[in-house]
Amino acid sequence: MRFSGLKVLKEGLTGNKGWQAHWRDAQPKSEYDAIIIGGGGHGLATAYYLAKNHGMTNIAVVEKGYLGGGNVGRNTTIVRANYGLPGNSEFYSHSLKLWEGMEQDLNYNVMHSQRGIINLFHSDGQRDAYARRGNSMINQGDDAVLLDREGVRKMLPYLDFDNARFPIYGGLYHARGGTARHDAVAWGYARGADQRGVDLIQNCEVTGIDIEGGVVKGVQTTRGPIKAKKVGIVVAGRSSQVAAMAGRRLPIESHVLQAFVTEGLKPVIDHVVTFGMGHFYISQSDKGGLVFGGDLDFYSSYAARGNLPMVEHVMEAGMTLMPMIGKAKLLRSWGGIMDMSPDGSPIIDKMDGIDGLFINTGWCYGGFKAVPASGWCMAHLMATETPHDYAKHHRLDRFRTGHGLMDEEGTGSQHNLH
Amino acid sequence: MRINGKGLVDRNTPLSFSFDGNTYEGFAGDTLASALLANDVKMVARSFKYHRPRGIMGAGSEEAGALVTVGTGASQDPNVRATMQELYPGLAARSQNRWPSLNVDILSLNDLAAPFLGAGFYYKTFMWPKAFWEKLYEPVIRRSAGIGALSGQDNEDHYEKAFAFCDLLVIGSGPSGLMAALTAARAGADVILCEEDSVMGGRLNGEALEVGGMASQAWAVQALAELAGMDNVRLMSRTTVTGAYDQGTYGALERVSHHVDTRGARPIECFWRIAAKRAILGAGAIERPVAFRNNDRPGIMTASAVRTYLHRYGVAPGRSVAVFANNDDAHRTARDLVDAGVHVAAVIDSRHDAPDGDGYEVIKGAMVCDSEGRKGLEAVTYRLHDGREEKLQADCLAMSGGWNPTVHMTCHMNGRPAWDEKIQSFVPVAGMVPGLEAVGACNGAFSTHAALEQGAQAAMTALDDLGIKGGAVDLPEAEDAPYRVKALWAVEGKGRAWLDFQNDVTVKDVKQAAQENFRSVEHMKRYTTQGMAPDQGKNSNVASLAILADATGRGIPETGTTTFRPPFVPVAIAAMGAGAQGKGFAPERFTTSHKASIERGAPMIEAGLWYRPSYYPAPGEKTWRQSCDREVNMVRNAVGICDVSTLGKIDLQGPDVGEFLDFVYTNMFSTLKVGRTRYGLMLREDGTVMDDGTTARLGENHYVMTTTTAAAGVVMRHLEYVHQCLRPDLDVSFISVTEQWAQFAVAGPKSRELLDGLVDETVDNENWPFMACGEISVQGVKGRLFRISFSGEHAYEIAVPSRYGDSLYRLLMARAEAIGGGAYGMEALNVLRIEKGFITHSEIHGRTNAFDIGMEKMISQKKDCIGKTMAERPGLIDPDREQLVGIKPIGPVKQLTAGAHLFKAGDEATRVNDQGYLTSVGFSPTLDGFLGIGFLRNGRARHGEEMQMVDHLRGVTARVQICDPVFFDPEGGRVRG
Amino acid sequence: MRITCPLCGERDRREFYYQGDAKMLNRPDPEAGDVVWDDYLHNRDNPAGVTRDLWYHEAGCASWIVVTRNTITHEVISTELASKVKEASK
Repeated sequence: MRFSGLKVLKEGLTGNKGWQAHWRDAQPKSEYDAIIIGGGGHGLATAYYLAKNHGMTNIAVVEKGYLGGGNVGRNTTIVRANYGLPGNSEFYSHSLKLWEGMEQDLNYNVMHSQRGIINLFHSDGQRDAYARRGNSMINQGDDAVLLDREGVRKMLPYLDFDNARFPIYGGLYHARGGTARHDAVAWGYARGADQRGVDLIQNCEVTGIDIEGGVVKGVQTTRGPIKAKKVGIVVAGRSSQVAAMAGRRLPIESHVLQAFVTEGLKPVIDHVVTFGMGHFYISQSDKGGLVFGGDLDFYSSYAARGNLPMVEHVMEAGMTLMPMIGKAKLLRSWGGIMDMSPDGSPIIDKMDGIDGLFINTGWCYGGFKAVPASGWCMAHLMATETPHDYAKHHRLDRFRTGHGLMDEEGTGSQHNLH
Repeated sequence: MRINGKGLVDRNTPLSFSFDGNTYEGFAGDTLASALLANDVKMVARSFKYHRPRGIMGAGSEEAGALVTVGTGASQDPNVRATMQELYPGLAARSQNRWPSLNVDILSLNDLAAPFLGAGFYYKTFMWPKAFWEKLYEPVIRRSAGIGALSGQDNEDHYEKAFAFCDLLVIGSGPSGLMAALTAARAGADVILCEEDSVMGGRLNGEALEVGGMASQAWAVQALAELAGMDNVRLMSRTTVTGAYDQGTYGALERVSHHVDTRGARPIECFWRIAAKRAILGAGAIERPVAFRNNDRPGIMTASAVRTYLHRYGVAPGRSVAVFANNDDAHRTARDLVDAGVHVAAVIDSRHDAPDGDGYEVIKGAMVCDSEGRKGLEAVTYRLHDGREEKLQADCLAMSGGWNPTVHMTCHMNGRPAWDEKIQSFVPVAGMVPGLEAVGACNGAFSTHAALEQGAQAAMTALDDLGIKGGAVDLPEAEDAPYRVKALWAVEGKGRAWLDFQNDVTVKDVKQAAQENFRSVEHMKRYTTQGMAPDQGKNSNVASLAILADATGRGIPETGTTTFRPPFVPVAIAAMGAGAQGKGFAPERFTTSHKASIERGAPMIEAGLWYRPSYYPAPGEKTWRQSCDREVNMVRNAVGICDVSTLGKIDLQGPDVGEFLDFVYTNMFSTLKVGRTRYGLMLREDGTVMDDGTTARLGENHYVMTTTTAAAGVVMRHLEYVHQCLRPDLDVSFISVTEQWAQFAVAGPKSRELLDGLVDETVDNENWPFMACGEISVQGVKGRLFRISFSGEHAYEIAVPSRYGDSLYRLLMARAEAIGGGAYGMEALNVLRIEKGFITHSEIHGRTNAFDIGMEKMISQKKDCIGKTMAERPGLIDPDREQLVGIKPIGPVKQLTAGAHLFKAGDEATRVNDQGYLTSVGFSPTLDGFLGIGFLRNGRARHGEEMQMVDHLRGVTARVQICDPVFFDPEGGRVRG
Repeated sequence: MRITCPLCGERDRREFYYQGDAKMLNRPDPEAGDVVWDDYLHNRDNPAGVTRDLWYHEAGCASWIVVTRNTITHEVISTELASKVKEASK
């Protein structure tokens, strides 16, 4: 079924009886060419591009809960391509291009809204660091504008320019950055994969990975064993547990990141604003809620919930930056489990020493915008056994060799500092 | 309609208030909701999507209908629940989400388009043409979405935060909470009792019950009086506990002065962090609506809310009230109304075995299936068991689909409540929040007796846990009526039946979601938006998942619930972020020379948490560059003074300090002679540079380390880590003395001349050669002198205890000015160090190692140190890495910019051609031109190469030459002068 | 979240700095080789359950503390001075 305005009209006139399932509830077959463990954004996108780009349709996504139930449904929905380092630059640039065609490609309105992102800076040193990054973005072919204080004031007149603890010197404006409706991204990829014959199997937890003689043979699940020639682990915060099933330890620590939304309000914030000094970022959803977040709670956790110190810190950052949001009321806070890597950048690689086993992890808390490119490059790797050109830096062994580290924050090998 | 002789409002204190510009009268003790109902105002709001008229649906913080805006200007407060806003003289409220007015709302046309606006319609359209999303569709959607509006003005109200501690936190002051608090307090426990309402007592105030042989309202007054008289009890009314966090931490929002017209110095709200050893949750229950066609009209409310308005406020929400129920409890509403002389049209009970009426008609086995009245209820239609439909005139419908225990807080740590078939609802499971026990209605025990009993028992258990001996509990007598309920979620029929009244989610939407395979309750919620409105599904979750369970052929327990997340009620960002507005976000650190610098007109800039002078404008100087150039020249030719106290200073003592420093620094410090200072490089364990600075050896077992300003805290933590976690065997003690010492750089060829006579000792090249250090006295004050330089000039740093800082700074300045010198700020300091190629955190930005900055030889091969092994990884010593270089303009464009990238001459400025970048740039008056330092691939081998610098952002392209990063005095003769 | 400092007693989480896995106490020999060092610095068991990690009582007594806790429930099971743990491991 193709979605369109006409279809909505037609269904509306006939009692909305004709809508069909967005995806089938597939039962696991005994064998597939490939299995993706993890039905989140990255796993679903991987399946979609395996089918679409590589013609691999005898594949399955196995998900222990419900599709899109992980970080793809619990983030602050920011989409951007404003990285500074080689490896990340080309990868996120490619991702943004995929975002820009996603709705037409998937026939699903993910409400990708290129409303512009402003990264604020508060000293000459920060300005120069942002200039370096902005120039990298333009070198890559993406967009960036260095705003001075007055330029920021024109776009964001509601910021506190006079009294804030860290005065606003300016901002790096990335016009093509923005937001998207996060759940819809998972659903759109799920529907697209399903239409191409991919089996999406929910409530199916992987309990073991079958490996014989260094070759992957399939997985054990709560719904029985499934054979497969190739297995991709795409489980974000749970990467360590699944990799352990294959006897591997990963350079990953799982941390909780909280996010927040207020009650619905009439439009008041038209861009995405990030305030690095306060670890605070905010945008307003199309429904009207202010959606915002901050830094990790900083202790390793699988609880998908956080504690008050970071909650308060985020609110405090909001109040010093834009005191006009004071009367907006926090409606809900939640947590996601972040797969933090030692350089803050992701891993899309073969699992060393096990043929047919692939790993996609280390998204830290920037995984949402990466969904299309991550799926694209993971599919390429799984189908061709060679890394995609845009993900050739995203190797597991970079920590051992020191080649191709992508430490955008410059905070080093402590996982939670990225 | 006001009912005489009822309610806890003060009928002797009438108050005037306005809603949408119309003036009304209420009484002290009213909420906006009760006062509006007393004035027969039915419609108070519009719904989110269809802009349907909305009235007051409940009497608590979970209100689904009556959200209004209170106040004007910067005080404009959107989405205020009319049920929680207490009346004060002159209160001005207005409706929201309507245009041009509540009565005539253009977007109510959406209601007619409802067939096209069902669940998830927007995922299926608005995709063509592509460019229209940001330009047309999204702006229109955004404008019509949202509920209330922010003023757009900076917050001007005062909010606070506070901490509290107790043995036992009791949440809710209904019968269970009061009994728990009494039991624990009598035994001597420190008790905090939090109640959301302005008056404590909970349902005891909303019902006409008997407790302990007296009216329930009177018993509550008596219990509260006893509690108020105890020193170990803190009663916190108007305080909603918002969240349960780890180790007994609770968040709570106190509405300190929303209820008064003049606040004085009091905050409007206070957000509490309560650390409680034990907690008892007596949060009660929320009555659930029933879904039937047009069940959302103003005048339709919960049956218990009708009783609350009657008993608590003395208000009848209608003149002819119909009751619709599936349980015995709701029959109380009819009985109480009849007792108060209000006409009860009928009780329509879905159960064939419903009890008979007592002064009112009961229509058994019937269900309300439709309603009439565009802006206020006029009649309801009910369907008898044989299918016949009858109409009943009524201006208020009190409905009850049963009760949902308020389990939310118990779920804040991811616990899942259990389905209780008997009460057809979810109840908490013990241990969901460690240390918290749910009692009474929120635990599924609905009688007053059960509430009292569970409250007392839980308190006894808590006392046991706390090791406090409790006395015998004397439970007051109270009703113990069984709660009889038969599930009824939705009444079959055509049309739209509301589940989520705020987000306009109907039974049809949930069914359609199931049809489209959004069968998981989490999918249904996200697809339909049910439960995501301001009430967070408190009024709709259980019914919605019951509908979903039915539509998917599963049971309710199997379908499961979504997760309840904090906060329990919406909390203003200003409350949780209190204190941070303006400068409060982070501490401000000031040097001892701050005042003197301000007096000299220096603009102060942030350096981490510190403030440091940017430059010191002299008369006639119009730009910072003029001042900066003068200050640089002054240091190069005479002498300059600069406060360097912000650099971290760590005092290390003990026999093993030398060995310890050898381990944290790449180079040797155990071999440093007493009275000498050495530059040190510190790595992270991953081999990247962490920090640099000089460390002085003041005695055999006594060193003083300096760190950069930025890394002072990081280095201190690192030293503690290395000592405690890796080398506890070393006998070393250290402490930060950054704030204990004021330290000033005295730099320039005349620096010794300046010190001569100020310092009591003789300062000459023999006693104080380059890198010497030691104790001195400054006009009798004991201090320290270091002959070190960050400018490349003959320079010293002179330190005295902070209390002498201001004095010494003024002395230094006077002496400097007398010999042609003066103060220099951060701008000049930066130029001076760039001229010398000295690095700062612009260069050691967390991605560069010793090899990159040309200091790999500083990693001693004689010993191990932090970072040494990992710094030898092949990727970290790859010749193709970017290495520190100097950059000079050589073309017609003389300007350099930090953040620009480097390309081979003639190459296009693209990522693949990128060769490096500039980290620091300054105009050198000494060398009369811009100088830059930065990083270039294999840069050390490329000195002399001509390249182009491209800064797309600032529109600067310049021809540059790569050179050694030390531009000035490369031999270093001046520093030894 | 509240953590019991062995020296100061139970304190709010905001007084503490978190570093990571307590395996960092076991720093390899400089000559142990790149695989061992890579594993030490980067790889983690990252258990969903009981873990031991290093915290620093930064706004208190400056002790580094080994905290045994549960990453699923956030229960804090025990705390010890890191220096004592390190010395005992020798």
